[in-house]
Amino acid sequence: MQIPPELLAKVDEAISHYPVSKRSAALPLLHLFQEHFGYIAQESILWIAEKLELQPIHILELVTFYPMFRQKMAGKYHIRVCRTLSCAMAGSYELREKICKATGIDPHAGGHHDPIAVSPDGRYSIEFVECIASCGSAPVCMINDDFYEGVTEASITDLLARYQ
Amino acid sequence: MSQRPRRSPHPRERRMIFANIDREGYTPDIDSYVRHGGYEQLRKAITMEPDAIVNEVKASGLRGRGGAGFPCGVKWGFIRRGGPKPTYLICNADESEPGTFKDRYIIHQDPHQLIEGMIISCFALDVHLAYIYIRGEFPEGAKILEKAIAEAKEKGYLGKNLLDTGFDLEIYVHRGAGAYICGEETGLIESLEGKRAYPRIKPPYFPAVLGLYQCPTIVNNVETLCHVKHIIGMGGAEYAKIGRPNNTGTRILCISGDVVRPGYFEVELGAVTLGEAINELCGGLKPGRKLKAIIPGGSSAKVLRADERFKIKTKAEDGSMVDKEIGVEDILMDFDSLAAVGSMAGSGGVIVMDDSRDMVWTLNNLNEFYAHESCGQCTPCREGSLWMRKITDRILAGGGVDNDPDVLKNVADNIAGKTICAFGEACSWPTQSFVLKFRDEFTAKARKPLPPPIPPEYTPDTLIAETPRLPATNQA
Repeated sequence: MQIPPELLAKVDEAISHYPVSKRSAALPLLHLFQEHFGYIAQESILWIAEKLELQPIHILELVTFYPMFRQKMAGKYHIRVCRTLSCAMAGSYELREKICKATGIDPHAGGHHDPIAVSPDGRYSIEFVECIASCGSAPVCMINDDFYEGVTEASITDLLARYQ
Repeated sequence: MSQRPRRSPHPRERRMIFANIDREGYTPDIDSYVRHGGYEQLRKAITMEPDAIVNEVKASGLRGRGGAGFPCGVKWGFIRRGGPKPTYLICNADESEPGTFKDRYIIHQDPHQLIEGMIISCFALDVHLAYIYIRGEFPEGAKILEKAIAEAKEKGYLGKNLLDTGFDLEIYVHRGAGAYICGEETGLIESLEGKRAYPRIKPPYFPAVLGLYQCPTIVNNVETLCHVKHIIGMGGAEYAKIGRPNNTGTRILCISGDVVRPGYFEVELGAVTLGEAINELCGGLKPGRKLKAIIPGGSSAKVLRADERFKIKTKAEDGSMVDKEIGVEDILMDFDSLAAVGSMAGSGGVIVMDDSRDMVWTLNNLNEFYAHESCGQCTPCREGSLWMRKITDRILAGGGVDNDPDVLKNVADNIAGKTICAFGEACSWPTQSFVLKFRDEFTAKARKPLPPPIPPEYTPDTLIAETPRLPATNQA
């Protein structure tokens, strides 16, 4: 597996934050790999395990436990819509439906066990996530790392237009 | 990035922690912080004996703001300085209790306040390595904190020999990855060790004894650590005068749901009632709506029905305790008052529901959350949280049978108290309280008769006998 030097530098920096146990760097490394490659590939798991002197299962079990890690590509713009109570009361289910329609995503395409649905052109993907801690300005969503609050069915169209 | 207009504090607020939130011209960088009196309390703290700092925190009566409300000074008191093992401090910034949104603003708008609180706490507890465990969904917050840490190091407030005290401290930001259970302190520690966030059993794994890397560890909420700075600034005794006895200080109420102006409000503990919080701070309910239910302290807190009455004990003028009957809107917003009515102040997240809300739908939404977030370590919670979601889902879809409310309660009763961590209670309290207090709604929706029982002559033996045998093959 080819690891570009800038990623390797970040990996070494992350490991240096845990002088007591390298294993603690597992989550930060997974974040770095997902940011760089878009998802956690099998080779990434093997590479991280070797780097941290762990068995691959010690990394795989994290990927399957923590909801933010994914083992397949999401869309170029990954949209997380909050599903939990305050946002649901403010219309997040309708918001998700609207986003799916606007982007051509079939929310059930992946079946029951796949929380991420991708649009046919691969540009957008959507995921219903649990509370992202901004209940006072519900409904809220994230597009990649950008956070948006008070998203209405009207404003989402303009918002999506910014992510082409 | 934020699209929400900045709002000035409500007249009934007393802002300490949120003093700089939404303030015109205030920026999250260190210059702005120092310009507004930042790091003065740290300069004061380093002139004090570490034990004196701990004593100030004890005297302040500060209770943890994360959810359990455990006295911070008592927690700190478990730590012995100069033991054979190092002590660690972890800031719990995994804010993920539905209904709670206070740490987000501290981290994004006033990160140095948290860092100063942490440095003071580390100095008091002889900690040389501390982590901020921030939830994965705050990528921008993590960057802001990392920048703030770098700034503090550059200015000498942090790092080796900080402020020429000979004291070394490193703080690192650690990002979670979307698991609610990481807010539980032992689960958080496991996660920080690079494992699945399976909470540890107490005893023996009290973090203050066997925490991170099996060393003494203090885990404090963001808001709690910020309070430490203010306690040092004004002194523990002075701080204890704010709020009510045993409920000292200010608290950030996060109010969401069916109110005109949802938002965050920092008030003295017990200074406002639940009714005042809704009607004054938040401008009341939407036009034409009536109050139906309130979740007063994050989604795990037991729901309150608008027409409930409670008998509580209050202190009369002559000091004797007298019984008093109060309604939901009269409940004071503090730890003890909410506990007295059978709910909890929890994380400060208040979710208000008006009469347009279907309680089965509401509970189903919460059940889906808990079913998704159960870590899966203990059987009652792993299985039960899913069963509860399936049952409420079935009732909503019109397939509920008439004993479903009892089944729901039974499942919930068999989770609470039977799990390693408090998630068991957290996931069963909503179901228990919703079914108890809104039973009519549940029974009205779940009306299908029970399917007939299997006839008594139908035994497992006959079942086996009637099952067609598959032809034996040599393939597995």
